[in-house]
Amino acid sequence: MMADVGAAAAPVGGSEYVIDERISDEIVLDVADISLSFGGVKAIQGVSFNIRKGEVRAIIGPNGAGKTSMLNVINGFYHPQLGTITYKGQRRTAMRPYIAASQGIARTFQNVALFRGMSTLDNIMSGRTLKMKSGLLWQAINWGPARNEEVAHRKKVEEIIDFLEIQQIRKTPVGRLPYGLQKRVELGRALAMEPELLLLDEPMAGMNLEEKEDMSRFIIDVNEQMGTTIALIEHDMGVVMDLSDRVLVLDHGEMIADGTPDEVQGNQNVIDAYLGVSHAE
Amino acid sequence: MMFLLETVISGLMTGVMYSLVALGFVLIFKASGMFNFAQGVLALFAGLTLHGLMTGTMPFTHVVYPEYAMPVWLAIPATIGVMILLAVVWERLVMRYMVNQADIILFMSTLGLAFILEGMGDIIWGSDVKVLKLGLPEGASDFLLTNFNLYVDKLEVFAGIVAIVLVTVLAIFFNKTRMGRALRAVADDHQAAMSVGISLRAIWVTVWSVAGIVALVAGVMWGAKSGIQFSLSLIALKALPVLILGGFTSIPGAIVGGLIIGVGEKLAEIYTGDLLNAAFGWDAGIFKAMENWFAYMLALVFLLFRPQGLFGDKIIERI
Repeated sequence: MMADVGAAAAPVGGSEYVIDERISDEIVLDVADISLSFGGVKAIQGVSFNIRKGEVRAIIGPNGAGKTSMLNVINGFYHPQLGTITYKGQRRTAMRPYIAASQGIARTFQNVALFRGMSTLDNIMSGRTLKMKSGLLWQAINWGPARNEEVAHRKKVEEIIDFLEIQQIRKTPVGRLPYGLQKRVELGRALAMEPELLLLDEPMAGMNLEEKEDMSRFIIDVNEQMGTTIALIEHDMGVVMDLSDRVLVLDHGEMIADGTPDEVQGNQNVIDAYLGVSHAE
Repeated sequence: MMFLLETVISGLMTGVMYSLVALGFVLIFKASGMFNFAQGVLALFAGLTLHGLMTGTMPFTHVVYPEYAMPVWLAIPATIGVMILLAVVWERLVMRYMVNQADIILFMSTLGLAFILEGMGDIIWGSDVKVLKLGLPEGASDFLLTNFNLYVDKLEVFAGIVAIVLVTVLAIFFNKTRMGRALRAVADDHQAAMSVGISLRAIWVTVWSVAGIVALVAGVMWGAKSGIQFSLSLIALKALPVLILGGFTSIPGAIVGGLIIGVGEKLAEIYTGDLLNAAFGWDAGIFKAMENWFAYMLALVFLLFRPQGLFGDKIIERI
């Protein structure tokens, strides 16, 4: 099951020393002792981990392990009952989506969450919401500061469209696009926020080999060229092993391993969790 | 011929009134994907509040103190303030907990709001029919009557102008500003909208405030025409066929739909019976009350052949 799907494009050059240059010691996000439950269901139990500036951090685990719940805690959709989140040095018991977004956390969703009625362009433009400052009145008459601002944002959005190679679907309503392209537009919307921390929830789910290679390439480029820190949930082990610097493994809401891809791969707990050894509780 | 023209004009003006109510529905629907059953009651409540402030009625006791009566220029902003306050309270108590809920649950919450507001309106301002004296133009237009021998009600012309201004302002607000894009985003997907930093709370307060203000306009116009009474909340029902005709997501659709139904039902009422009688010799007495059900029949036909309405977004879905 593990590491047998060689789907991802290999990182450029000798990966070891590239990693050293990319990642700083600075910790962007520190999650301490988080517990989250819904009624009697314990989604996350006492999980702690951190994300360093510039790294690609993978979160893996079987279905229902609490991976998506963890992302939802990080960007404030869920409020954990216990634990703290320290983002950019500021400690909180719970994030709020608006604060997460305004302080540079962007994300994509497991089941593509695009604005289906809007074009690709408008979807990506919506990622600029927080960067738009001119008053509503100026915008209403489309004149003065509002006009200059719109042009500047549009330019940035066009750069993202070029980067993701989706020029030809610029005006297409996203509801009509095939799944793989929708995922790419969703990544574009997150990139339009110029995030410092990008949360990707299964960016390659349901993609074919070629689409996975493209997506892997984009993720590597975002990380290396834009210097964006990435937290990534993915089921394709080949992708995870190739892309990530450190891997956090969750199972039944608990952390069972944390380390480099090689360390995690050899961990007996991880192998058990994936092969389904019965949990003696 | 003059009679036909008068019928059409009168139909158009009634249509404008329908459009005003339908507009409130479209606004909320476009912005949140939510069908706001309470729109008619909002219009009623706004009208009651305006009347109460203008007459100096004491809330709950219904005792009138004429010395505290507000002039129109003060009462209207005050009523707008009340509608905005209502939007804030509604967001705080209900909408905040509705993130990512199914459409039917959002709809049920507005049903609840409708009943609460209707009850509150009764308790606070009393249930008697109220006459709204705003100093709006009334009666027949002398100019048209003397020169063209046409009877046109000045109030209805005024309502038409108000509707045009309202639609223009709203269209600019929703199409040209970032608020418009944010609203469409919220209508499509709450979580995704939140993830790009759109504040759902601010959006809800804005949407409901605008709906409240549109309701005030509708309430004032209907109130001036036929008094403020609780049957006003039932006009919401007449707005349904208007929406089906025009499309739930289209502001121009609400206007055109309202006009078509206004004119259609007047013409149908007056001419169908006679035409059928002349053509087939039927005694078409049942068609005399056609004004009451024509709109619904037309809506039914549209549902069968063009469910998205004249101007609505065609529903695109990959299967």
